[in-house]
Amino acid sequence: MKKSVILGAATIAGLAAGAAMAGTVDDVKARGKLNCGVTTGLVGFAAPDANGEWKGFDVAVCRAVAAAVLGDASAVEFVPTTGKTRFTALASGEIDMLARNTTWTFSRDVDLKFEFVGVNYYDGQGFMVPKALGVSSAKELDGATVCIQTGTTTELNLADFFRSNNISYEPVPIETNAEAQQQYLAGACDVYTTDASGLAATRATFENPGDHVLLPEIISKEPLGPLVRHGDHEWGDVVRWTLNAMVSAEELGVTSANIDEMSAGTDNPEVNRLLGSEGTLGEMLGLDAQWAMRAIKAGGNYGEVFAQNIGEETPIGLARGLNAQWTDGGLLYSPPFR
Amino acid sequence: MTTLTDPPKEQFRLSMLLYDTRYRSATIQVIALFGFMLLAAWIISNTIQNLEALGKPVEFGFFGEPASYDINQRLLEYSSRDSHLRAAFIGLLNTLVVAVLGCITATIVGVFVGVLRLSNNWLIARIMTVYVEMFRNVPVLLWIVLAMAILIEGLPAPNAFRGENPTATMDLFNSVAVTNRGVYIPEFLFTRSLGDIHFFGASSIRFDVSLDLLAFLIVLGGSIFAMRKVSANAAAKQEATGDRPTIWYIQLGILFVPMIVLMTALGLHLGYPELKGFNFKGGTHMRNSLIALWLALSLYTAAFIAEIVRAGILAISKGQTEAASALGLRSGRTMRLVILPQALRVIIPPMISNYLNLTKNSSLAIAVGYMDITGTLGGITMNQTGRELECVLLLMLVYLAISLSISGVMNWYNNSVKLVER
Ligand SMILES: N[C@@H](CCC(=O)N[C@@H](CS)C(=O)NCC(=O)O)C(=O)O
Repeated sequence: MKKSVILGAATIAGLAAGAAMAGTVDDVKARGKLNCGVTTGLVGFAAPDANGEWKGFDVAVCRAVAAAVLGDASAVEFVPTTGKTRFTALASGEIDMLARNTTWTFSRDVDLKFEFVGVNYYDGQGFMVPKALGVSSAKELDGATVCIQTGTTTELNLADFFRSNNISYEPVPIETNAEAQQQYLAGACDVYTTDASGLAATRATFENPGDHVLLPEIISKEPLGPLVRHGDHEWGDVVRWTLNAMVSAEELGVTSANIDEMSAGTDNPEVNRLLGSEGTLGEMLGLDAQWAMRAIKAGGNYGEVFAQNIGEETPIGLARGLNAQWTDGGLLYSPPFR
Repeated sequence: MTTLTDPPKEQFRLSMLLYDTRYRSATIQVIALFGFMLLAAWIISNTIQNLEALGKPVEFGFFGEPASYDINQRLLEYSSRDSHLRAAFIGLLNTLVVAVLGCITATIVGVFVGVLRLSNNWLIARIMTVYVEMFRNVPVLLWIVLAMAILIEGLPAPNAFRGENPTATMDLFNSVAVTNRGVYIPEFLFTRSLGDIHFFGASSIRFDVSLDLLAFLIVLGGSIFAMRKVSANAAAKQEATGDRPTIWYIQLGILFVPMIVLMTALGLHLGYPELKGFNFKGGTHMRNSLIALWLALSLYTAAFIAEIVRAGILAISKGQTEAASALGLRSGRTMRLVILPQALRVIIPPMISNYLNLTKNSSLAIAVGYMDITGTLGGITMNQTGRELECVLLLMLVYLAISLSISGVMNWYNNSVKLVER
């Protein structure tokens, strides 16, 4: 008994000591593998395919970082995390970065001591109901039973929404998306609520997606992005600029089809700086000149990754909307590579 | 004057602490204790320092902040604007609910199974063996998840009760609705309720006590007291005259008449569940997370209790049974009046640890989304505030307090049934 108390306390002390450590770039290089926290399975964002290979929009960010740092997009250890375990996993050093539909909020950034390196999907919380229920607005949901994932911003927004509209509901807290889906389909709840992108992705896996509708209300802002531990700025820079490289590549017209040709040198100096034929950006980051080229090659630029995993051609069928480049009226706006 | 002198008093020397066997063990213990405390102090200060360095100093102020999340099963009023401490308190009550329900059910089932396992009926004994082995040898988490899956997938959604030709109907003369969101049963309502008394003003542990319930308990207590008196009188008369007066109708009257009068005065009636909007409204809603957890925990623990009961019974020598038979007692009475009271002495101590286990296992509630204290304080609060250390420490303290209380009560009971030896 006494022993386990000591061990327990020692673990907490160890965790605390471990988290304060810097030098993640070196750790990842020495390990030869990137530990990336993802969802437990949300097709389109992060889920293993039939061959057991992780695929998805968030997975692509992990692979791009691995390609940039290690030169190998497959050198990633994917660690499935739930809404509740994700932050502990990151804080304790079990994972190097988290790419799991995670909303950038003040308290997560400031109080939980994480660093959001950017936004890879601008989202908002929505509601999904069976068509047969005949509901056309979230305001009609008085008295409904609502499935929510715990440990998320979702449960907080939900409480606020129903409170401010003066209607009641019965929350059913659930750990993972898969369980929520099961309960929702069995009719144990009337409504499933989470990020609208997650709803679309979940609905796409249903047998009859057409039997379910997303209600028009979007009740929150959910800027989803990858994050790292607070305090290790070198590592934060690597992940941030890898994401920016994917976004910039789309803006600059660099695609996986033309990247080999372009990396030899083009007339556009920014493309040259990005792909390493000019300047020393890679070196400043503590990597080599081709880091961004490899990152983009791993799965394509932002637009390609989007189209492949969650875009309108896929069963999930999300439109670019807010996630279009700023030049197309969206919010994607990478700082310049200079 | 004395001629005798005391033997020379032995001087205490420091070296004796080590070489004198009278002191040595004490010395070693003191050193070990000192070392242990040093280690503990180092670990604590190290943790605090490191958390400080992380910018997460240990402090409990956040408990006063609004929790911002809702809890479905709440025995007291609670809203998302209440504090984290209030949410923890609501969770604590939920833990206690499932623990108490679980312990009672586990005891009843366990005693039955334990006794029946010793039955002379081959089939019954075998079935009980299968039950015990099945539940004892599969982790309780799996039973909980299985129970929940059966409830969700196996029962009809409230929707199925709707429309012209509903596929599901309510049971027991339209008073009970069994759905995959839980079971709705009728509730007691009073038209002339006495109201509530409030305790602790607006603090986080404020609660109300229903005066109706209080009145019920007082009347019930009074009736039981009177019944005992009557039965003691009858016994005295029997001692004196050899005739036992018939008192059963008096007893029934004492038990029921005051209760019926009280209930009529309060205007007791039943509130039935009714399908309104998305869900059943009215009645008492027992969520399937509670039912799954309660069932799984009780059936699992009952398997252990059955074995303890069986062992307790087998520990009573056969001579007792034979003596009881010789006196003409039938086997049921032999069990109830002779064997079980003696077996209790063997049964109670291991029973305590099973109650403790059940209570601690109830922290698996989170697997089915039951909002116990692990789900509120150790779950959502911890997750949303990031105060792991504070939450876990408090959580440990709460479980420790619950467990010590259970042990205390059970030890007291154990002492009261213990064999008084002369
Ligand atoms: N954006 C919200 C919610 C994130 C969330 O939990 N999303 C769900 C559905 S979009 C998910 O990723 N589930 C996958 C899983 O259960 O592993 C947050 O950061 O708190």
